[in-house]
Amino acid sequence: MKTADTGTNGAHPQPKVAVSLRSVGLSYGQKIVLSDCSLEFKRGQVTTVIGLSGAGKSTILRLVNGLRQPSAGHVIVNDVDIVGLSERELNKIRMKMGFAFQASALFDSMTVFENVSFPLYEHTKLSRAEIRKRVEDTLENIGLSDVAQRLPAELSGGMQKRVGFARAIVNEPEIILFDEPTTGLDPIMTNVITDTIKSIQKRMRPTSIVVMHDMPAVYAISDNIAMLFEGTIIESAPAAEFRRSQNPIVQQFLQGSEVGPIPL
Amino acid sequence: MFEASRYLRTLPRPFPVTRRFFEYAGGIALLFFDAIRYIVALRFRPTEVIRQTAFLIVDSLPIVLLTSGFTGLVISLETAVSAVQNGFAFAIGGSVAYGTVRELGPLLTGIVFAGRAGAAITAQLGSMVVTEQIEALKSFGASPTKVLVVPRLLACIIGMPLLTVFADIIAVYGGYYMAALRAHLSPATYWNSVTMYVNFIDFEKGLLKAAVFGLLVAMVACYEGLRTEGGADGVGRATTQAVVTSILLVFAFNFALSFVLFK
Repeated sequence: MKTADTGTNGAHPQPKVAVSLRSVGLSYGQKIVLSDCSLEFKRGQVTTVIGLSGAGKSTILRLVNGLRQPSAGHVIVNDVDIVGLSERELNKIRMKMGFAFQASALFDSMTVFENVSFPLYEHTKLSRAEIRKRVEDTLENIGLSDVAQRLPAELSGGMQKRVGFARAIVNEPEIILFDEPTTGLDPIMTNVITDTIKSIQKRMRPTSIVVMHDMPAVYAISDNIAMLFEGTIIESAPAAEFRRSQNPIVQQFLQGSEVGPIPL
Repeated sequence: MFEASRYLRTLPRPFPVTRRFFEYAGGIALLFFDAIRYIVALRFRPTEVIRQTAFLIVDSLPIVLLTSGFTGLVISLETAVSAVQNGFAFAIGGSVAYGTVRELGPLLTGIVFAGRAGAAITAQLGSMVVTEQIEALKSFGASPTKVLVVPRLLACIIGMPLLTVFADIIAVYGGYYMAALRAHLSPATYWNSVTMYVNFIDFEKGLLKAAVFGLLVAMVACYEGLRTEGGADGVGRATTQAVVTSILLVFAFNFALSFVLFK
């Protein structure tokens, strides 16, 4: 299955689409989480999905990774519709993805080194020495070279997040999914995290899909922003354009106002 | 992967208990066959199996020794004096060892193992579910069955017979201690009785039962852990359910295996 390019604009063709959701619907029993949700994630760019807490933003990441199957619609990853694929087929797609979870989801019985090396041992035939080198380089790149032998419980929340990032990028994935990377962190650590994401983006040029609602951090890292509201994408645009959106729901969310069309 | 529900939607609605039973049994069976697939293909880390075996044995050994030791003591306490008074001193060692290696050793070890190792496995896997660690595994394209279930399953199948050997020895020695203390039985009389009434095949069959109990405890514990829902409350519920179900299954399979092996 082939996806179309997002179009051309004179001499500068726009980037191809790495991931797209097409009319995706998802419900748990009677509860509708996503309904006719469509969104494209451009290759090599950071697209951030914002929205109210519990709006289903993290669900989008799980759909892209194949951890959830939609009730309707299509999820296209690198020109492949992953809906209905077997676990074996999904695993081939997942090997090209990194997922940084909201609560880090580090394996608590393993050291930082073992956590970060895990995807390499699972999916590559690298030697022990090569894996050691790759893990050390990755940890050094995110400023955590001195914690390799510590357990996750011995690290601060911000450090755990960064170890989660290291584990997500160690396999040099084409697509990286960041679930609420700054939630629960102080402003200084939030800046460290956003700098880390920017540095990863600059160095590896992956397609990054970020879910968060910390607007200063969103503006700091995003090429594109999309807003999820009541199960569907109501606005999607390049970051600068998004800030000027005339949609009253978007504006109320960006201003953090209690007055407006968003029901409290 | 472990959800049997989609295969069972065609069952008639009026039998929800039957449906739940088959859903549960089917879920465990699917998980078991998934694990067997990896074991047959030797796709697991032997170091993790050794680590899990050591952990589970060390975790359960003190309680296994205490329960089996006291059981040997009490059997001898109840039988030794009257047996000597009625001229059956030659049967004391045999009765303790016979009951222990065929029934009480594996059974008591299975119950203790379900309470200690089974609970530990479910709590650990349940915590991994609620802290998204299982989703993290899947997101890297790794199978929770291969990484988590297979090492624990093999560890339980190896660990249970080893623990049962310790349980058998301690119980028989406990019986000897009490017979000597209360009925002044000589060591020769006791140990001759043991060797006269118990064959090595009884001991082997007891260990086979223990391995089956290990398999049951591992599968129930892993299944309950991996299907944990909710937070800490869910982990608690899953752990309790795993222990209760495992103990019931150990009793049921003990009867079935005794029926088949010792008929």
